[in-house]
Amino acid sequence: MNEKERDVIVETVSRVMIPFIQLYALYVIIHGSGGPGGGFQGGVVFASSFILYVIAFNLAGGRKRFPESANTLFSSLGLYIYGGIGLLAILFTRGMAQYLNYGFIPFTSHFEENRALGMDFVEMGIGITVMAIIASIFFDLAQREEPVGEKEEK
Amino acid sequence: MSNFIEHLPLLTVVISLLSAITILIAGWIYKKIAWWISLVTHLSQFTFSLWILNHVLTHGPIHYRLGGWVPPWGIEYVMDPLNSYILVILLFLALFCLLYSKRNIEHELPKKVVSFYTVYQLLLTGLCGIVVTGDIFNMYVFIEIASLSAYALIASRGKIALRASFTYLVLGSIGACFFLLGIGFLYAVTGSLNMHDLSLLLPPFYKNRVVIAAFVFILVGLSIKMALFPLHTWLPDAHAFAPSEISAMLSGIIIEVATYAFIRVSFSVFTTQFLQLFPIFEILSWIAAGGIIFGSILAMTQMNLKRMLAYSSVANMGYIMLGVGLSTSTRLGLIPPLIHILSHALTKACMFLVAGAFIYKADLWYIKDLQGLGRKMPYSCMGFLLSALALLGLPPGVGFVTKWYLIIAALESKKYIFVGVIFLSTLLMVFYFWKVIEYIYIRIGEEGAKEIRIDEIPWSMLIPVMVLGSLCFIVGIVWLTEIPLPILDRVNSLFKLGRVP
Repeated sequence: MNEKERDVIVETVSRVMIPFIQLYALYVIIHGSGGPGGGFQGGVVFASSFILYVIAFNLAGGRKRFPESANTLFSSLGLYIYGGIGLLAILFTRGMAQYLNYGFIPFTSHFEENRALGMDFVEMGIGITVMAIIASIFFDLAQREEPVGEKEEK
Repeated sequence: MSNFIEHLPLLTVVISLLSAITILIAGWIYKKIAWWISLVTHLSQFTFSLWILNHVLTHGPIHYRLGGWVPPWGIEYVMDPLNSYILVILLFLALFCLLYSKRNIEHELPKKVVSFYTVYQLLLTGLCGIVVTGDIFNMYVFIEIASLSAYALIASRGKIALRASFTYLVLGSIGACFFLLGIGFLYAVTGSLNMHDLSLLLPPFYKNRVVIAAFVFILVGLSIKMALFPLHTWLPDAHAFAPSEISAMLSGIIIEVATYAFIRVSFSVFTTQFLQLFPIFEILSWIAAGGIIFGSILAMTQMNLKRMLAYSSVANMGYIMLGVGLSTSTRLGLIPPLIHILSHALTKACMFLVAGAFIYKADLWYIKDLQGLGRKMPYSCMGFLLSALALLGLPPGVGFVTKWYLIIAALESKKYIFVGVIFLSTLLMVFYFWKVIEYIYIRIGEEGAKEIRIDEIPWSMLIPVMVLGSLCFIVGIVWLTEIPLPILDRVNSLFKLGRVP
């Protein structure tokens, strides 16, 4: 996309919108365990902010801000959080509690509060992975399309 | 210590998942470490599975409640003799396929090493999950994980494999949909997803049409996954064009795990009581007999070695399902199919690995190109010969044991025609395996007079072939001594099988 095709209105609006979309995504992730929403939805909303960036600016810039390596890192990080927090329950109680039994992880002194916190961490893990995967699917689809489109224009 | 063993079924699944993502990150930094991480994971998983089997046989089944939730609400992992037996076979074979894959993948997919092992580990997560779970919806989820990674692994070769993978993807998704629909119907009737709970809640509804429809949906869905005869169309291409270790996994494990899922659903969720209300197993054994003949005849016509082996897998799935079909009417119960799951896993995996060795060494895909290889690659050809003879039924190979028990089962249930089917298919099997053996050992070709250099595959690929090839006979002898039969007797008593009605 060359300089002439840039649209001032779209760019300015998305520049304002993107932080709010991301903030909203974080809100959806954090409140996932107690209200509507959750890790998956929040992750998709977060990834949609990247899509907006690419539509408003350009693909190369978007890829530069969220490179392939970050994709790999975040998608694994989320899974690590998800799987690891479950294993913590086993480790802290030396095998007394089962996998994913968050109540036994000593975040605080209350069983129920621990369970709620554990669920929050899991939601965060899901959110991070979903965000990375959705963004990577989008980038893969967008990059495949590009060379064909350029050829057709010429 | 027993407390730790309770966690093992879960840990086999979780460490596999965590190692998949560790491979992804570590391989990005240093490519060669991917295989080592995978090896360590496989070794520990295999050790866990042996430990579980030992514990189940000495202390009884393991029940594990995920997250501490009580079963009808939470997910439960249950290990009983059937599970643990299948889990050991699965991880044993996966370990050998992994050993084989080190050099083969470096050779075939040099750019995709890291992603290959990541997806391979995910495949193993799915397969272990299907085997250990005691919750029917959880089983569906794991079937999806295993299938999706299998599609990716088949497609990893590119070109024609992409088409094969896409066919498998479409048919596999249809199968998964049918399975899910069946689960949905069961949930609508009972309101539960736990297998044990379902088996307690279902009996009053055995004549309910929704429940019957659910069973048929699950049967059809899993038949696609296990490539039972009329629904096998995805299998030959997928097996032929995948990387060889994945062909070995597909043929030796993935379709067997689908069979396990079917056995589990039909005996643990529905009981023998339900199965005897309708002639469903009788129909199943006729279909399986058709599959045996059809698969063998089509295998005869194949020119491509891996496609021939793939059609032979269709025939062998027929053997397994014939055993399952006869299981309610004999004293042997599930013994023949469970023995054949092990026999087929060992022999067919070995043959696919040897077929992969020919491709690795000289890019030989067709049977007629294999002339004189018996002198060039003596050890891998020996592996092929051993496993082919074992599958044919040369005593004391594993195939002999299965055919022996299957024939006894057929005679006991007074279905003499199946004895004829087994004999006929053995004849056909001799025909198509002998064709390969003839090309390898007897037809030397024009260069026969020349001096031939021994040109073997690397040791890391040869060892799995040799071990599997010799195990084909060692395991056969072990079965004939009847030492491991108590495991299978326990499976029978678990499902209230093994009594003549």
